[in-house]
Amino acid sequence: MSYTRDVGALARKDFLLELRARDTLPAMLIFVIATLVVFHFALPAGSSDLASNGLLWVAILFTALLGLGRSFVPEREGGVLDGLVLAPCDRSAIWLAKSLAVLAFLGLVELVALPAFAIFFSGIDGTTIAAVVLADLGICAVGTFLAAMASAGRARELLLPLLFLPLAIPIVVGGVGASVVTNGGRYLAFLALYDAVFAIICWASFEYVVTE
Amino acid sequence: MSSPNSRLPALAALALGLVAAATALVFFFAPLDADQGLSQKIFYFHVPIALTAYACFGWGAWKALLHLWKREPSADLESYVAIHQGVIFGALTLLTGSIWARASWGVWWTWSSNQLVLFLVLFLFYCAYFMLRFSVDPGPQRANFSAVYALFGVALIPVSFLAIRLASDFIHPTVFTSAGPQMSGNMFFTFCVCLAAMLSLAATLNAVELSGKRLDARLRELREALA
Amino acid sequence: MSSGEKYVAAAYLVVFVGVLAYVLIIATKLARLEREVGELAELARRRKAESLG
Repeated sequence: MSYTRDVGALARKDFLLELRARDTLPAMLIFVIATLVVFHFALPAGSSDLASNGLLWVAILFTALLGLGRSFVPEREGGVLDGLVLAPCDRSAIWLAKSLAVLAFLGLVELVALPAFAIFFSGIDGTTIAAVVLADLGICAVGTFLAAMASAGRARELLLPLLFLPLAIPIVVGGVGASVVTNGGRYLAFLALYDAVFAIICWASFEYVVTE
Repeated sequence: MSSPNSRLPALAALALGLVAAATALVFFFAPLDADQGLSQKIFYFHVPIALTAYACFGWGAWKALLHLWKREPSADLESYVAIHQGVIFGALTLLTGSIWARASWGVWWTWSSNQLVLFLVLFLFYCAYFMLRFSVDPGPQRANFSAVYALFGVALIPVSFLAIRLASDFIHPTVFTSAGPQMSGNMFFTFCVCLAAMLSLAATLNAVELSGKRLDARLRELREALA
Repeated sequence: MSSGEKYVAAAYLVVFVGVLAYVLIIATKLARLEREVGELAELARRRKAESLG
């Protein structure tokens, strides 16, 4: 199916670009570790494990923002986006490919961040990991979409966090709930609902973001 | 096509009448609440203002959909103005809600009031709408962005509501019961009049702002034609 | 005035002031529009004079 081929080709392009430039992924890694260290100093003695669990999600969110901020920069700078739009592919493939790329970067970073968190603070259980996976899907879907819009404007580094954070609040609720509450199943269900609802909206309306 | 401005005085007169009637009813007709006393009267404006804000956001999203789907030329402007009204009424909701919280429970803010928290999230979301709009140059792209973002907002309302409900399990134990008061018939009638008053006020302000923006556009046209 | 009455008054005052602030903004806009229309009328008059003269 040519749609999957388009998505695969575009995603591969992003991976190759990152492989050559090697700037986004190391930056995200160092950022997330540094953030965890800052959190250690930000939590007064006697803070519960629950508080540090909450901060894990803050770290994930802001690390994702870092990666998302850079996600459409090559396209906008090179004028590549116009070329992609003119190509005879479904425009939503651009969004899907970029989301998958950001998802991969975020996942790689979390492979380091989650063990680091377990070492620095408290252990993480299976529900938390499932929540992280589900949350990543939502973060990348919505974040990529908003990054495409923000990159078209003037103050794009300022704009993306403003656009993203209100939409990320349900993700934080779902994630922290799953980590903290003993029977976190319904939070995982909620995260899946969020992912489904917003992925559909993003997929359906990306066309309007890149065309006129 | 009848000019939209011809309706404006009638709309304003309606709003004036309804707001006057609503205020009179609240202070002279509605019975005093047994539990909360006089501070319950804030509720008569606070909840209608909140509902009106939701109505404005919904209207803005509807116009946004029309823009994307039917390509109606004026839909983008109407969507923007409706969301602008929604943010204004949203700010008023938060202010009156905070005063009500202070009057009822002694605190200026409480996270246990789901409605207030939901409103705060939406308020932030729609404030970001304006940041988005001001950072992109006017044109079809900006209109598209605004429309898509407005539709995101409509999806966010139920999702956030659900999120806040779920969050109350682990954020704070519910200390204050935020259930609305049990309404007697007289109270309910007063409430309905207040709701109609706020909606008509929003519609009037909406029409006034639209009229102003259209005037701006016309004057620009004139200027270009004469220069 | 009891504290309950004060809060009710404050809430209604907030709404009242909000709407009046809007009136103020509209009034300012009207003044600007009036000025612009005056300038355009002047432009049109000059144009007419040039085309006749």
